[in-house]
Amino acid sequence: MTTTDQGLLSSPVDAIDADEQRRARAARTERIAKWALPVIMMVLVIAAWAWVVRANEIPHYILPGPDRVWGSLRDDWAMLIDAAYLTGRITLLALLLAVVGGAGLAIVFNQSKLLELSFYPYAVILQVTPVVSIAPLIFIYVDSKVAGMLLCAWLVAFFPVLSSTTLGLNSVDHNLRDLFRIYGATRWQRLRYLQLPSALPYFLGGLKIAGGLSLIGAVVAELVAGTGGIGSGLAFRIQEAGYRLNIARMFAALSLVAAMGVFIFAALSIFSHLLLRKWHESALKRDG
Amino acid sequence: MPTLLPLGQRPPLLRMNHVDKVFNGNIVALRDMTLDVNQGDFISLLGPSGCGKSTALRVIADLLHPTRGKVEWEGAHGLGDLGVVFQEPTLMPWATVAQNVWLPYRLRGNSYSSVRDEVRESLRLVGLENFLDAYPRELSGGMKMRVSIARAMVTNPRLILMDEPFAALDEITRHKLNNDLLKLKAKIGCTVIFVTHSVFESVFLSDRIIVMAARPGRVLREVQVDAPYPRDEDFRTSAGYAAHTRAASEALKEAMGEPA
Ligand SMILES: Nc1ncnc2c1ncn2[C@@H]1O[C@H](COP(=O)(O)OP(=O)(O)O)[C@@H](O)[C@H]1O
Ligand SMILES: [Mg+2]
Repeated sequence: MTTTDQGLLSSPVDAIDADEQRRARAARTERIAKWALPVIMMVLVIAAWAWVVRANEIPHYILPGPDRVWGSLRDDWAMLIDAAYLTGRITLLALLLAVVGGAGLAIVFNQSKLLELSFYPYAVILQVTPVVSIAPLIFIYVDSKVAGMLLCAWLVAFFPVLSSTTLGLNSVDHNLRDLFRIYGATRWQRLRYLQLPSALPYFLGGLKIAGGLSLIGAVVAELVAGTGGIGSGLAFRIQEAGYRLNIARMFAALSLVAAMGVFIFAALSIFSHLLLRKWHESALKRDG
Repeated sequence: MPTLLPLGQRPPLLRMNHVDKVFNGNIVALRDMTLDVNQGDFISLLGPSGCGKSTALRVIADLLHPTRGKVEWEGAHGLGDLGVVFQEPTLMPWATVAQNVWLPYRLRGNSYSSVRDEVRESLRLVGLENFLDAYPRELSGGMKMRVSIARAMVTNPRLILMDEPFAALDEITRHKLNNDLLKLKAKIGCTVIFVTHSVFESVFLSDRIIVMAARPGRVLREVQVDAPYPRDEDFRTSAGYAAHTRAASEALKEAMGEPA
């Protein structure tokens, strides 16, 4: 009896039964597969693509092989990276404005019922009207190309921030709200110490959506605005390459747009995790 | 440790004076409730669900305005005079244990460094002095409740209101917290109004049990538990305890509309 107990305590490895071993193995396999499988898939798809193009002798102005797309990425890198820089700058600025505007409006609406009732419906209307249909008008009235593009991207991106932050500000635990009342909290204290922290997880959820949307907004705005003294973004490069039947460059530019979207999403996810990891359930890792 | 005067000799703290509370014009949550609370009382509000126990607490806490009647405090009464513990621990999940306990002071404009000693002392009293920097999600249900109690006590309030604080805990934890609550109360000498639907809990803790009935919510009668403090586990098995439990059970039966 005693020896068994000591055995259990001193060498816990022996205590892992077959069931636990299976579970540990499954967990390890999944950790690897999460990364390996998508990479394998990508390699397979690229190989199949290369094979289809070669086997059917498809002309490169219809479907270039992956080697040509890679070549275009390499040869046009300077031009593409300039374009990516421009698109990225508009995207990030629009995202910043969406955060400031969306969260700011949410706080203002939360503090003033009058303003909320007056303006919230128009925020919804702005959101449900497709940006492609508003963009041409915007570029008629806004002289600056950059300002117009920012406005387009902002229009697409601010609403998720606004609506999720609004939801968060109203999702305060009602007992905590009572507690703040009992302790005589001012309106400002309630906002600062109770509503804003409660709203943070909601806001971050909206932010992740807004990140993707601001890229969409920037791309659409570029397509509508065309070029004009401010250099050319990725969307414009895609369009231009299309006119020239340079399909390989279209793919190369497209892959940069996709990479940018992935990067924004990943960065915002990490940011969100860092802010919430200490206390929020969504960031909770169950070990054991 | 402040001495506790016997029942009948305690100076008054507040009076609920013929209070009615009607919701939506037709739900009578409280009818003509009069309750004299004296300094040092441990009062339990005991009654079936829906008899207006929480409503009574909320009226006393000034979270609800009575439809008729009023709550009259003896002498001036300010923000630090009241502590509250709800059924849920009601901690801010984004704040550490110490920050949660700091809250009543923080809302009065006191910086953490100026009240650090009070926060520590309060947490020491509930046995959590080593958890200052923990987040609520790292604590068990019982420990969260202790933080909630530490927060309610930190300003040395004259009155602590507790709304079924231990109802969600397992029995062993509940007994432990009941014992500790009595010790804490004796140490800081405050007055407690404690809502429960457990006869045993009310007898163990309080010296005055206010039995309430529903539809409409009203005070049915008061049962006094004259067993002296301190009370400990031995009290739970004593003859006096059994007798008081019987008396309170009969009153509760009557409150639920069954013949006593
Ligand atoms: N905010 C409210 N609006 C309408 N009815 C309420 C409200 N709060 C409580 N009530 C009603 O008042 C009665 C007493 O409720 P409550 O004080 O919560 O009872 P208890 O705490 O004793 O279970 C119940 O019938 C309940 O439905
Ligand atoms: Mg209740």
